[in-house]
Amino acid sequence: MTLTYVASVEEASEALASQGYLADRPLALAVHLAVALEQPLLLEGEAGVGKTEVARALAGATGARLIRLQCHEGIDVHHAVYDWDYPRQLLALRAAEGGVDEGELFSRRFLLRRPLLDALEADPANPVVLLIDEIDRADDEFEAFLLEFLADFAVTIPELGSVRAERPPVVILTSNRTRELHDALKRRCLYHWIDYPNAQLERAIVHARIPGVSETIANRVVTAVGRLREHGDLYKLPGVGETLVWARALLALGEDADLDETLGVALKVHEDVQRVRSRSVLDGV
Amino acid sequence: MASELLEDAVTDQLSALTASLRAQGSRVGMGELLNAHRALEAVDCTSREDARLALRAVLCSERGDLIKFERAFYDVFGDARVPLGASPFDELEGMPREVLPHAGIPATAPAPPQADADPTAVPAAWSDVELLRHKDFAAYSDLEMALARELIARLARRGPTRLSRRTRPSRRRGHTPDLRRMVRGSLRTAGEPVERVWRAPSRRPRPMVLVLDVSGSMTPYARMLLQYLHASVAARRRVEAFAFGTRLTRITNELGGRDHDRALERAAEAVIDFSGGTRIGAALASLNRVHGRRVGRGAVVVILSDGWDRGDPEELALEMARLRRSAHRLVWLNPLAAHPEFAPLTRGMRAAIPHTDDLLAGNSLASLEQLAVILEEI
Repeated sequence: MTLTYVASVEEASEALASQGYLADRPLALAVHLAVALEQPLLLEGEAGVGKTEVARALAGATGARLIRLQCHEGIDVHHAVYDWDYPRQLLALRAAEGGVDEGELFSRRFLLRRPLLDALEADPANPVVLLIDEIDRADDEFEAFLLEFLADFAVTIPELGSVRAERPPVVILTSNRTRELHDALKRRCLYHWIDYPNAQLERAIVHARIPGVSETIANRVVTAVGRLREHGDLYKLPGVGETLVWARALLALGEDADLDETLGVALKVHEDVQRVRSRSVLDGV
Repeated sequence: MASELLEDAVTDQLSALTASLRAQGSRVGMGELLNAHRALEAVDCTSREDARLALRAVLCSERGDLIKFERAFYDVFGDARVPLGASPFDELEGMPREVLPHAGIPATAPAPPQADADPTAVPAAWSDVELLRHKDFAAYSDLEMALARELIARLARRGPTRLSRRTRPSRRRGHTPDLRRMVRGSLRTAGEPVERVWRAPSRRPRPMVLVLDVSGSMTPYARMLLQYLHASVAARRRVEAFAFGTRLTRITNELGGRDHDRALERAAEAVIDFSGGTRIGAALASLNRVHGRRVGRGAVVVILSDGWDRGDPEELALEMARLRRSAHRLVWLNPLAAHPEFAPLTRGMRAAIPHTDDLLAGNSLASLEQLAVILEEI
């Protein structure tokens, strides 16, 4: 299956499922639209609901190359698009004793390609899924640059000229909402909010991701996680990732293992663990 | 011909949908409308559900838009099968606002000062301003409030900064060498890096979270302090504003925008429990849980409250402790603290004080200036 074959919602859903990613219909539809309309897809949701995994599964299923740009504080064009290999340039300069002209020094030989340039220069026969992860960690300046990038799928390197994608990559952005993104960037993107899956879907996810897990374990873990999320008085709620680790823990310890004892798998804040234990939230699971 | 008629019908419907979204405050432009057409072509339009999901993906750009979209879709395509107010939207903050009556909206702000009252232009006004600086907000007349507006705006521009991981060229030696400029420079000196140049980290605004108590006992101060919140949101990036009485409301978006009076009106409307009771602990609990990510690491949190609390002091202490652990610095502004005989005797204040880094008065321009000085040092 290739990207061009993600021609319907069902196929998007199947493609993701083939990689063990079970998506509900709204998410499959958003992915299908991102491919069909060639428009970036912005995914938001609580930590651990599988935002990043969407890109991974889509790339895996379609054989597209996954290029990932992890955003961080202070990220700029030289981290994201290109940089020059200065140490090698200095060496070349000294070796030639100044006999190097500028054009040679700033040629492709000394160019370091970063993820965004990689995505633009990808072979059109071999499509690319570009994952821009945790965009909310970057600052406003980088966001403004990204807006431009997503509008034209082109960048200009002053010394070399402009580079344009022959075929725009499928772009998936994720945000943890540590801050509000700029309106203009959001309007350029399709938007989907990934919620926690319902119990039925979450059980299916456990089975799909951990082969060999018993129905009892899946049931216990999903019920427990559901109760923690409903409890409403916790600082950090467990995500799907925690559900999976918990199921693996039970698989290792035996399916009758005490959930209270293994609570540290799902809750990482001391007060939360105390609260759950003192109020016996997990009794009877 | 028939299909053209059909097209027109679709366009009409979509226009009605976008109009309804705009009426609810969503930003939907021509681009979104065109995209909506393309999206409908890309999905199986005989399925009402698919059409709804496709339009939703195109027309919404944040979580808050989802509820607006459901309402607009229901208005235009009117079908009871759309689960209005069903589970996924129950948690959205917008809902209670629609259901509960808006109570106790404070009076609109006074008219802007006359030109001849401009504090910077007329020398005589300087003394007024000087008097104003130490005058208690509660004793302000409408004219004084208007006069203070510019001073507050100036104070709000001063805020905390932190070192960024971004660097900028620096004259001082010692940080990281600026290889880019060195290579450029070497071109002129036959490949010999003669001149050493450096880059040093730059400074960025540090995130700031302002939490204002708008309960009954704070009424004399809430309006001026709300002005300070508005000015901060307008003047600086990475500022989040919240208001609380018995429950916490995020008012950052409401306070945004250039129109001063409208911003304050919007904020007052969003806060459903103006001049009501106080439950500081519960408000901070919701700040820690619902908005924990916005508070994040490294933010300066400023609580503006008199500490009169009808909630559980134990809960308040617990949430303050949590807040202090996740914040960079926790400042409490208490209008009562200006009084020379002030002692933190209220249960709330006693519970909170061990967990605050700074306790300041918050009753006058002078005290806001004190806050600005502290913020700048952070």
